[in-house]
Amino acid sequence: MIVRVSGEGQYRLDHTNGELHQLDNAVVSAVEAGDEGGFRSAYDALLAFVRSSGEPLAEDELTGSDLILPPPDLSLEEAAREFHGEGLIPD
Amino acid sequence: MAGLTGRMSTVVKAKVSKLLDRAEDPAETLDYSYSKQLEQLQNVKKGIADVVTAKKRLQMQESTLQQQVVKLDTQARQAVAGGKEDLARMALERKNVAQTELQSLDTQVAELEAQQQKLTDSEQKLRAKIEAFRTKKEVIKAQYSAAEAQVRISEAATGVGEEMADVGLAMQRAVDKTENMKARADAVQELETAGAFDDITAIGPGEDDIDKQLKELSSTSAVDDELAKMKGELGPGGAAASPPGLGAGGAGDAQGSPAEPPPASSEEHSS
Repeated sequence: MIVRVSGEGQYRLDHTNGELHQLDNAVVSAVEAGDEGGFRSAYDALLAFVRSSGEPLAEDELTGSDLILPPPDLSLEEAAREFHGEGLIPD
Repeated sequence: MAGLTGRMSTVVKAKVSKLLDRAEDPAETLDYSYSKQLEQLQNVKKGIADVVTAKKRLQMQESTLQQQVVKLDTQARQAVAGGKEDLARMALERKNVAQTELQSLDTQVAELEAQQQKLTDSEQKLRAKIEAFRTKKEVIKAQYSAAEAQVRISEAATGVGEEMADVGLAMQRAVDKTENMKARADAVQELETAGAFDDITAIGPGEDDIDKQLKELSSTSAVDDELAKMKGELGPGGAAASPPGLGAGGAGDAQGSPAEPPPASSEEHSS
């Protein structure tokens, strides 16, 4: 599957759906708890996992992503907005 | 997947498909999509220019503040040499404020530098995708039947559309940061225009007084001041560190024998 890290690029990952799901859940829990430190480390772990187990797509490859991760410098506040508000993407 | 990634993906996909839904005919979709991409590329360039402008503005303020620091430092030395401890303290306090402001500007300039770099990277990526799209577009137009073309167009346009949404997000974040800094820069600029910066530098009442007194010091005894400045440079730490009570005595000594090392002052330092 193709995963995009916003502002960074796309990665091709194989057979990692379960791990991704777990890491994503950890991020969600931290956001819901309003736990800044927990959010930071959980989100960094998710990004690190994608970068280390994925293979970057070539720049001229035109493929839609199956998953899109917010930018690495996402703040807890922005993450919360991503769930409960307009989200990050401008119209 | 539900979580954070799922939410983000859903939103992006919705935006991309909204972009693609506008044209029905495959060839039209291709051309429309391509013109949108070029438009977006222009936007990115404009965004980069905005960040550079904001950065330059902050850098100009930095250089103004650096001059202030030098000026206040000189004034402090003059005041020390003239035995005006209180004035020296004031000048040093202002210098301190200016230096704090400088540090914060340094951080902001570095942050804008990072934003600029990010946008430049994004621009390059988008450019590569657009170029790939342009090539593919011609191939699709020339080689595929309408039904097959539709599938391939959708694939290619989704890929590049996502990149566009991504660049759009990077730009918005850069603009948000730049706006925050602009507001701050404007506030500093206002202070400066209001004359407060010679003065921010000068907090509290009696600031004009201080400048006047400092000017008097330099105009009435320009040569003495030059000497005093040199003395200050030779031993600024000791002079600045002496407690206020000793300042008055030091002043008399310094004015009494400007060309000689003041003996009373030396005693103060050694005690």
